[in-house]
Amino acid sequence: MSIAPTASQTLGPFFNYALPFSADLTGGGKAEGRAIFLRGRVTDVNAAPVRDALVEIWQANAAGAYAHPLDRDEARPRDPHFNGFGRVLTDAEGGFSFTTVVPGPVPFEGNRWQAPHVSVAVFSAGLLRRMRTRAYFPGEELNADDPVLAAVPAGRRPLLVAQAEDGGFRFDIRLRGENETPFFGD
Amino acid sequence: MVEYASYPEGTQPGVNSERYFRTSQLAPSQPFVEAPVTLSEITGPLFPREGVSQDEADLTAGGKALGQLMVLAGQVRDEDARPLPGVLVEAWQANASGKYRHPVDGRDAPLDPHFVGGGRAVTDSEGRYRFVTIKPGAYPVPNSGNWWRPPHIHLSIYGYAFLSRMITQVYFPGDPLNELDSIFMSVPDDAARERLVAVTDTSVGLHEHALGYGFDIVLRGRNQTPMEDEGLQA
Repeated sequence: MSIAPTASQTLGPFFNYALPFSADLTGGGKAEGRAIFLRGRVTDVNAAPVRDALVEIWQANAAGAYAHPLDRDEARPRDPHFNGFGRVLTDAEGGFSFTTVVPGPVPFEGNRWQAPHVSVAVFSAGLLRRMRTRAYFPGEELNADDPVLAAVPAGRRPLLVAQAEDGGFRFDIRLRGENETPFFGD
Repeated sequence: MVEYASYPEGTQPGVNSERYFRTSQLAPSQPFVEAPVTLSEITGPLFPREGVSQDEADLTAGGKALGQLMVLAGQVRDEDARPLPGVLVEAWQANASGKYRHPVDGRDAPLDPHFVGGGRAVTDSEGRYRFVTIKPGAYPVPNSGNWWRPPHIHLSIYGYAFLSRMITQVYFPGDPLNELDSIFMSVPDDAARERLVAVTDTSVGLHEHALGYGFDIVLRGRNQTPMEDEGLQA
């Protein structure tokens, strides 16, 4: 028996009060790995800020392990101080900022690996569905062989690579318009 | 192996919708990139039941909130109709006057000191959740030509995978505003849209106290393995 998934609806402008958030994935600095910020702005077709958008991230720890039962591999140990999930609402300038660590490479199929990456999703008033993308890191050798990045038209791939800044990385999310962020099918 | 197929035709709103004018500002103009589903997508955040108090499922402050008391309850399942225990469900809504306790809601309507408007619950071993709340009021959308949102409750649901994460809205049966609502009507398939309307169900209400509404949720994915016993860690 197969039943159809429930339809998505917009986040609307009023998500926040009473529901907790954490933009710090490191447990106050206890997680293993290189601590960084991952920050950026969410903008619309006019490059105007999108405020009160919900940005969620999901990533592996520094060893490349997901805190999830479907990922069990002794070579990539769990970190009790890192569960890999964070969310934050954008501020009046459309800005968001997470404190996290650089993830390790995670397995693909066979002997292939995925480059270090952070899964990113955006919900917002004005969007009926979630927009799902990935942030990659500059200078990673595995970027050239990443199976998901390879699915993105070559000219748009640089849009998924965060930019290094002092202390972390910038990953801007342009929902529509010039240099529009590539999003993956849901 | 967990499987994730594309959504069945028409069961999800279009990315761009003429009905919902704001999508022209925000929704991508480029088609989605079709990429392989990997470990990164079939995993996702899990939430320990111990982290959520039972009290958080009562939005009425113990029955003090103004408005029509009601229970919203239902079951969360996957596309194989298998119940999903241990799923975090968050709810948020306007009060009985159609007012949100939020700085962006500038409308001159009263706040209720006993109603914050947000709560959460984790599904039980049968995938069931239950909120006690009040029926929200309708409210006008500013600068929209007098578009009124019908009474609705927002739900945010985390399945076991980043791919099954979803946010939806629950509508109320028989409300004439439903068919005038751009957001409700953005779902093309009639049956899929009707599934966003709760079912009047006195069996989930509180006898002589609160109305009951049933609302079941289906998350994307097949052949899901219940994860309650394993590794639900913060």
